[in-house]
Amino acid sequence: MFGKLTLSDIPYNDPIIMGAVVSASLAGLVIIALITYFKKWPYLWHEWLTSVDHKRIGVMYIVLALVMMLRGFADALMMRGQQAMAAGADHGYLTAHHYDQIFGSHGTIMIIFVAMPFVIGLMNLVIPHQIGARDVAFPVLNSVSFWLTVAGAGLIMISLGVGEFTNAGWFGIAPLFEKTYNPGVGVDYWMWAFQIAGVGSLLSGVNFLVTIVKMRAPGMTWMKLPLFTWTTVTTNVLMILSFPVITGALFLLTLDRYLGMHFFTNDMGGNMMMWNNLFWMWGHPEVYIVVLPSFGIFSEVVATFSRKKLFGYVSLVWATAAIMILSFTVWLHHFFTMGNTVNVNIFFGIATMLIAIPTGVKVYDWLFTMYRGRITFTTPMYWVLGFLTIFVIGGMTGVLMAIPPADFVVHNSLFLIAHFHNMLIPGALFGYFAGFAYWFPKVFGFKLDEKWGKRAFWGWSIGFLVAFMPLYVLGFMGMPRRMAHYDTMAWQPWLIAAAVGALIIGLGILAQGMQIFVSIRDRKKNVDLTGDSWGDGRTLEWMSSSPPPVYNFAVIPKVNELDEWWAMKENGTAYQRPAEYHDIHMPKNVARGPIIGGLVLAFGFAMVWYIWWLAIAAMIGIIATVIIGSSHDDEEYIIPAAEVKRIEDERFEQLAAALEEKKNN
Amino acid sequence: MGVVLLLGTVFLSSCSNMVVLDPKGPIGSEEAFLIKIAFILMLIVVLPVFVMVIWFSVRYRASNKKATYKPNWAHSHKIELVVWLVPIAIVAALSYLTWVKTHELDPYKPLESEVKPIRIEVVSTDWNWLFIYPDYNIAVVNHLVFPANAPLNFKLTSASVMTSFFIPQLGSQIYVMAGMQTKLHLLADHEGTYLGQNIEYSGNGYETMHFDAVATSQEEFEDWVEKAKQSPDKMTLATFKEFSEPNINYPVTTYSSVAPKLFNHIMMQFMGWMGGSDHNMNMTDDMDDMHHMHSMQDSTKMHEGHGAMTMPSDSGDVHTKTMEDK
Repeated sequence: MFGKLTLSDIPYNDPIIMGAVVSASLAGLVIIALITYFKKWPYLWHEWLTSVDHKRIGVMYIVLALVMMLRGFADALMMRGQQAMAAGADHGYLTAHHYDQIFGSHGTIMIIFVAMPFVIGLMNLVIPHQIGARDVAFPVLNSVSFWLTVAGAGLIMISLGVGEFTNAGWFGIAPLFEKTYNPGVGVDYWMWAFQIAGVGSLLSGVNFLVTIVKMRAPGMTWMKLPLFTWTTVTTNVLMILSFPVITGALFLLTLDRYLGMHFFTNDMGGNMMMWNNLFWMWGHPEVYIVVLPSFGIFSEVVATFSRKKLFGYVSLVWATAAIMILSFTVWLHHFFTMGNTVNVNIFFGIATMLIAIPTGVKVYDWLFTMYRGRITFTTPMYWVLGFLTIFVIGGMTGVLMAIPPADFVVHNSLFLIAHFHNMLIPGALFGYFAGFAYWFPKVFGFKLDEKWGKRAFWGWSIGFLVAFMPLYVLGFMGMPRRMAHYDTMAWQPWLIAAAVGALIIGLGILAQGMQIFVSIRDRKKNVDLTGDSWGDGRTLEWMSSSPPPVYNFAVIPKVNELDEWWAMKENGTAYQRPAEYHDIHMPKNVARGPIIGGLVLAFGFAMVWYIWWLAIAAMIGIIATVIIGSSHDDEEYIIPAAEVKRIEDERFEQLAAALEEKKNN
Repeated sequence: MGVVLLLGTVFLSSCSNMVVLDPKGPIGSEEAFLIKIAFILMLIVVLPVFVMVIWFSVRYRASNKKATYKPNWAHSHKIELVVWLVPIAIVAALSYLTWVKTHELDPYKPLESEVKPIRIEVVSTDWNWLFIYPDYNIAVVNHLVFPANAPLNFKLTSASVMTSFFIPQLGSQIYVMAGMQTKLHLLADHEGTYLGQNIEYSGNGYETMHFDAVATSQEEFEDWVEKAKQSPDKMTLATFKEFSEPNINYPVTTYSSVAPKLFNHIMMQFMGWMGGSDHNMNMTDDMDDMHHMHSMQDSTKMHEGHGAMTMPSDSGDVHTKTMEDK
């Protein structure tokens, strides 16, 4: 009935795991109780969970990312705590087997369930707005993508309390993840959570690429795309080309583990290096999937707050495209040390270094955007400046590791850990935080508190340096990654420093929590009535009200300039009422997304525990939902022109008052 | 702040704890030098970024009304040229360096020396190291002894999952994989005891997989070999079977003899499906000799055998499976 699952699979005798499970479930129960008490279930279901509005889905993606970030960060603190203690005679507070699961879940969560939903969430919030569209190309698919990501995240959260998680790392260490060496359910949890979320990401990539290609406002030619839209295009191309590789590779692993095949085994012709090749053919483009949109955000933010046109737009577009293409030619640098022939290593080494050229150009283009500008130091701008300063250090160590013989002595050491965190934290995460602060008023109609935002910035930046610079040193001291315990006492002081750094980052996260709390409390004070929240918006998203109406644009704008909104303000054509309004067709909410998400979660859980009847039933349910859903014709509703006029009139009344007040100040 | 810390890191390299930057052999020295030179080259691009971030932030702050404000200035051929050409020039220089040094420091390339090389066969297990000295017919567990100034020719394979063999102060690491052999050439030019370790996560006992790598004088090494030959323990197939069961911290043990072709036997465990079986083990003779011949006859042929594993089939012909197309 329950496959392999028995009561003994719940680690109730491990106080650390149970503590985590109990606190997570308590938090969940409190939220559920509150929703029930305030009778908010119907509201939540109709307005959010079944919503196909890209703005709502975007918010839900980001909520998911932030919640999972807390989990991933808790993993990070546990690892830093363990390594700060576990030297010589002291074995720390975690068993090796527990520690080994934590580094796997930290990596999987941070990449698949924080970076990806954050990026896709920001795309959802911004892209239709920036290109002057009313929604994405496939609104229902968008909802399904989101719920697939939730299902994956749910599976990983379940693994905390039921069974175990993989000890074979976030990228899957072959052949350690094979049944012979890993008979437990940990690898299966990782594999299915990854697979499910991966399918969701692939569908998002398709959705947004089609949206941008087909739904741009009239006049918005390719070289008039805002840079965030451009970077989203490249990211979507990367998603579409690379995710099928990981889907295929995970499928081969599924065959190995479930049907005893031999793709990545030691014997019978299996080859562990084939896994490494396949994984990194996805894994390296994946780095750019999460980083490039951040580069787009930095471009938007730096231009807005320098009150100046983005320097070298054409260069930036070409540099982005160059990075997109090059990102497919470098995967082998993840294993220079496997004994390749010299020329293979040289090819991939030089290809890797080439990426530094367009990236360097970008950094200078952002700097020259500031040059002869009028810079206001808002929270988003802080994140940009922090990024520029810290990111280049990671760039430097990256080029260093692209030289194969240099890589031979730092590969797999903490130097590598320091390097990729040095890329992903400033390069990706700081960008998301900048975008979060920058677009928050657009989505919710009020700005985030600046004081707490800046405190969060300092916590993250100082914390980052204190946590990760010691890891570079430790790499030069020869310390391998993933050590649950070590005997070299000289490493310990540096690891204690790193743990302190992690705590400082923790303060930054607390400040972010405070920022959200304070901002909601003071929302009246920071309210944005004009829709151009920062006063210096350049692109179309600042044209609508904050928060925007469900249809975004009552009349689709015509685009003549690169920074169309800025140009309209300059020409005095901004804030003009259209002559007339038309009926607007909008997609109806559908329950298919959450239903498919729930069934996929059941399917994943059933596969992990070999509960075949449930797996089959869930699969039939998924197929049936898709078929029944596809046969619905009644998918749209109409907002009549009169209703549009009423909403817009209200908006223009509010706007007139706000502009008047602004003039008087 | 970041750059200060990083610069500090480099200056600290004199500190003996930074083993990677305090090498004790020619390979490690070249690699440490490469790290330093690449680092300095890259500062050409990186340092101006720090300067410009601070300078532009101060100079063009909104409250400084004296500074030039050009809201529509967004293009300059001169600046574009510089920001493209300088990184291109630096990457070109680094690429040249990469070309030369990657060839020079190929882990498969035997080191030139007057001294006769020591051949060592390395086997990683869950979770211990076995070092076989085929020229002396001895072996040792979790402890590596070799004379300083003699080239070390390692051949490596795994009896279980993948690991990576790394002695930071001597230089390059290399992956160790079951059913395949990799090679590594190192040399210690100072006597001393260095940390050796597995640097690729391999399961529960991974963090215990470190060992002392001891570089001795020639005489001390010969004494050690003599003593090893007196050891009552012998590395037979049965001993290996017991030793390679998953276990941690297997005590350091020397073995006065080693089952013939043990290394090949370990590799063959994972290659049986190809048609090799124990009765033609004797035909594997010569995985070794074949590589040996290559290197004797023609050094360029070494590269063809690069990462290659060869094995006999029933019909006696030799299949070659090379790493590079994996």
